[in-house]
Amino acid sequence: MSDKFDVAIVGAGPAGSAAALTLAREGLSVVVFERGEFPGAKNMFGGVLYTTILNKLVPNFWEEAPVERQIVKRRFGLLSEKSEAAFEFRCEDYNAAPPYNQSFSALRARFDPWLAKKAEEAGALIIPETVVDDLIWEGDKVCGVKARREGGDILADVVIAADGVNSFLAKKAGLRKEFKWNVLAVAAKEVIGLPREVIEDRFGLEGDEGVAMEFFADSVAGMVGGGFIYTNKETLSVGIACSIDAFIGKKIVPNDLLERFKKHPSIRRLIRKGETLEYSGHMIPEGGFNQVPQILTDGLLLAGDAAHLVNASLYHEGTNLAMASGLYAAEAIIEAKKKGDFSKQGLKSYQEKLECSFVMKDLKKYQKVEAWAHANPKFFTEYPDLLLDLIKDYFTISEKPKQTIQENLYKKFRTHLSPLRAMIEINKLRKTFL
Amino acid sequence: MNIAVCIKQVPATESKIKPAADGLDIDRTGLSYVVNPYDEFGVEEALKIKEQLDTGTVTVITIGPEKAVEALRTCLAVGADEAIHIKDDALTGGDALCTARVLAAALKKGNYDLIFFGRQAIDDDSGAVGIHVAELLGLPHVAGINKFELNADGLKAVAHRQIEGAAEVVEARLPAIFTCQKELNEPRYASLPGIMKAKQKPMTVWSLADLDLSAEDVGASAAKVKLEKITSPPVREAGKTIDGDTAHAVSELVRLLHEEAKVL
Amino acid sequence: MTKILVVSERHEAKVKRVTLEALGAAHALSSKEGGQVAALLIGNEVASQADTLSAGGAQKVYLADDPKLALYSSEAYATLVADVAKKMDATLILLGATAMGKDLGPKVAAKLEGAFAGDCTGLALNDEGAFVATRPIYGGKAIATVKCQQAQFQVVTLRPNVFPVHPPAPSAKAEIEKVTTTTDFSLLKAIVKEVLTVVASKVELTEAQIIVSGGRGLKAPENFKLIEELADALGAAVGASRAAVDAGWKPHSYQVGLTGKTVSPLLYIACGISGAIQHQAGMSSSKYIVAINNDPNAPIFKIANYGIVADLFDVVPLLIEEVKKLKAA
Ligand SMILES: Cc1cc2nc3c(=O)[nH]c(=O)nc-3n(C[C@H](O)[C@H](O)[C@H](O)COP(=O)(O)OP(=O)(O)OC[C@H]3O[C@@H](n4cnc5c(N)ncnc54)[C@H](O)[C@@H]3O)c2cc1C
Ligand SMILES: Cc1cc2nc3c(=O)[nH]c(=O)nc-3n(C[C@H](O)[C@H](O)[C@H](O)COP(=O)(O)OP(=O)(O)OC[C@H]3O[C@@H](n4cnc5c(N)ncnc54)[C@H](O)[C@@H]3O)c2cc1C
Ligand SMILES: Nc1ncnc2c1ncn2[C@@H]1O[C@H](COP(=O)(O)O)[C@@H](O)[C@H]1O
Repeated sequence: MSDKFDVAIVGAGPAGSAAALTLAREGLSVVVFERGEFPGAKNMFGGVLYTTILNKLVPNFWEEAPVERQIVKRRFGLLSEKSEAAFEFRCEDYNAAPPYNQSFSALRARFDPWLAKKAEEAGALIIPETVVDDLIWEGDKVCGVKARREGGDILADVVIAADGVNSFLAKKAGLRKEFKWNVLAVAAKEVIGLPREVIEDRFGLEGDEGVAMEFFADSVAGMVGGGFIYTNKETLSVGIACSIDAFIGKKIVPNDLLERFKKHPSIRRLIRKGETLEYSGHMIPEGGFNQVPQILTDGLLLAGDAAHLVNASLYHEGTNLAMASGLYAAEAIIEAKKKGDFSKQGLKSYQEKLECSFVMKDLKKYQKVEAWAHANPKFFTEYPDLLLDLIKDYFTISEKPKQTIQENLYKKFRTHLSPLRAMIEINKLRKTFL
Repeated sequence: MNIAVCIKQVPATESKIKPAADGLDIDRTGLSYVVNPYDEFGVEEALKIKEQLDTGTVTVITIGPEKAVEALRTCLAVGADEAIHIKDDALTGGDALCTARVLAAALKKGNYDLIFFGRQAIDDDSGAVGIHVAELLGLPHVAGINKFELNADGLKAVAHRQIEGAAEVVEARLPAIFTCQKELNEPRYASLPGIMKAKQKPMTVWSLADLDLSAEDVGASAAKVKLEKITSPPVREAGKTIDGDTAHAVSELVRLLHEEAKVL
Repeated sequence: MTKILVVSERHEAKVKRVTLEALGAAHALSSKEGGQVAALLIGNEVASQADTLSAGGAQKVYLADDPKLALYSSEAYATLVADVAKKMDATLILLGATAMGKDLGPKVAAKLEGAFAGDCTGLALNDEGAFVATRPIYGGKAIATVKCQQAQFQVVTLRPNVFPVHPPAPSAKAEIEKVTTTTDFSLLKAIVKEVLTVVASKVELTEAQIIVSGGRGLKAPENFKLIEELADALGAAVGASRAAVDAGWKPHSYQVGLTGKTVSPLLYIACGISGAIQHQAGMSSSKYIVAINNDPNAPIFKIANYGIVADLFDVVPLLIEEVKKLKAA
């Protein structure tokens, strides 16, 4: 065995494994370092895997990938202390045939090892339980990594840092600065076990259908962020995610916020009698387009969360951007190898591929979401409360004539929000999201 | 010196264990696995001896499902030279003596001077297999050793074994079997080159037929001990936390131990 | 009609409690069908211990008294046990799950091609005289019920402190039959050269009725004195967590837990021990557990019958005083 690899990848999450799989298939020698006991051992996400890129990596992946349920139903709920208004959409078309709507609920402790195994079968060397502490430099060029093991210095033409949101390597390489607290969200999640039939009955599902539910406003005590429930085969993924500065402002810790969420009358009923099987916490890079660091330098590429590639709009996409960036990084390296040029210049097609794809285009489109959310706290507190209050008044049965009720309702609305203000807010919302 | 170490893959020590639906196994979903910690002492001791003598081979042997190959790789990564993986569906339902018969058959095929086992496997907590094998092979054994020394002539070894309040110093003529206890050594971590090389080291796979054994010798029908069911232990309810200032709490504790629990 | 052979074990010149527990268990099993309970006494100048065995319920004592048997030998002892079992036609052989029993049990079972169940906490015989035993597995995180099938000989080791002893009958006099070892000691391939007594606590951990254990919360080795003082006051044995052992504060023989000893005393007092799952593996079958820890969230409190959330350096000295007061009263 030669002591030098074509590519060393740090992190066997979706980004790292996608890159490793692509590179190994082209016959490049690839080593992947993963600090977890096995790929995915400590990884978590909310729960919906968007699979367009996965289907490119592993055609007909659904025949073998350990995904849980195809998502045929989406639901967005707005909570106040005692009420909930929700928008729900389900479509029979999403249920027609695989890959359905390219969305599947999944558990990372099963999905990540599977994808890593694919890369291994293609010839990549996956080394778990091994932390990479640093990069090895040759002048200004990255030429390897230092793994925390005896004999752990490994040379490679290119290094891919796919080491997730905290990417030490990106920092060590000077590609990005410390994050500000408003661009990171912290999440806490529980996997709650329930019998299959109970999940299907309770959530109105048949067979392997699944639902993705998001809850805003009082679900997370009015903080910037939200709560979620995704259905798996025999478990629910239940969690909350809010920006770090919101936690600091509210002086609440993620675990307590999750407990609060689970006790909300709307949530309590959905998770009733479930048994908590796992608890985990993680960060999400939510800064969007403006926070994407410099993603490459001589001999080094950043992929996935390490490059801050998360679409934190209403979609909550991250794994697909991670797999896309892993794929593009690999393609760029394959091209660079043909030219024998692993400099910034030789690798720059990575940047171009990202920019031409949905990855950067989507991030760009939603680049204002994060700033809007922080500048408009009323959307998470006052407005939802007002809206739910009005809806409640509307539906509350009394002897009052409907006409009177509706007039009162309008009066109440106006005392809280002038029609002009409402127009302005709606316009802002439209510009940010549409 | 030819050294063999019998190792078993077991659920990690921090695993949550609950019975499977049929009550005949534990629920294995989501478990992660490790090399039985006691077996690691055996591997380490074997490697130390090989290094000290600067010659010989260390062979690790396991009986287990496909997945058990990971445990063998782990041992190869820290420095074992060869691995033997015995797998056969016919082995399900066997007891410790069945396992021992299979291992004895495999060990007979090699010419081992020293054979290490763990003191016990932390899944079945049986502590029997190594000693069973010794008897089946007619070899001397020392169980639960925490110190090991090879005599200069290489014909005998002296081992210490922990007993209640004392240590027995046992001399055994080789070939012999030793089952390893904590304190024997500090198992090493795999080096990176070690991990990489492990992928290329020889891995022999044997079925029962390769060992001239059949299901009647070592399978469920040969088992003298049959697992009826696995249940959860009774849950220990958290009791009282005794509040109040320390002096009060302490005298209350003594009172409770004396009057309520009646243990003092 | 079940014939049961209990292999006696001694500490210095005394029969161990676990042997009496095994006799108790044997009695409970045999009384149903009027079987026989015999004990095998092995060693050098051990004849005087036969009385204790009679009083403890042995109806017959096989005595193998021989200077050559002074020190334990796996091969010689196992051959003796097997010979006697065959001779008396015993179907069940009981031993304590001690260092000796754990060594001898599997050896005898293999010699007799019999069934073996180790470290059992429950034992019954079915109509065919085959055992149905319960034994903790996965470090006590699960309980297995195992059954013997089609074995002429069955060997079972019993976890100390679990089975009740037989009510002592001091006047009982068992028939004593001498047996001799058939082992040629010159051919033995493994021999005990010497026994090094480690200055361990006065009471042996695995058999102690009360154990006081210290963990990392003790902060320094010299602070184990506190634990020892409390143990002295209680007549208890001293134990330690792995953290304390790995720090070199106590030798490994003190360690309680998954990679240490399994204990099931009447009372286990954990001082400055968090109660990690691997520690629990060794002590969760204690009858009563007391936890002294200044962290209210320490997992040990989840299994403790009584807990004090406070600094152990405040609690333990007071506890020593209180215990002394109680004992004096
Ligand atoms: C609560 C939550 C909900 C989410 N919901 C969704 C969702 O519904 N859908 C979706 O698509 N995305 C979701 N995401 C985002 C998604 O999880 C991430 O975008 C995606 O996992 C990024 O993949 P990655 O491979 O870049 O990084 P990661 O998945 O974080 O993988 C990084 C890997 O690198 C390893 N590593 C780190 N440092 C080192 C080191 N020094 N040495 C060795 N190994 C190292 C880690 O152990 C890890 O395995 C969610 C995230 C969170 C936290
Ligand atoms: C394979 C394996 C096998 C293991 N086997 C064993 C085993 O056999 N036995 C074992 O014990 N462990 C074992 N462990 C280790 C186990 O996981 C724990 O690390 C260990 O038990 C911790 O010991 P501790 O409770 O003393 O230390 P800690 O976990 O550090 O706990 C110390 C406790 O002391 C408390 N404390 C501190 N100061 C004070 C004070 N002044 N007053 C009161 N309380 C105080 C703290 O709140 C804390 O709860 C094993 C681990 C592995 C992986
Ligand atoms: N399936 C197995 N494969 C290889 N070795 C084993 C196996 N089962 C037990 N052993 C060995 O026997 C020792 C004691 O196991 P046990 O008697 O099951 O507690 C273990 O520590 C291993 O060294």
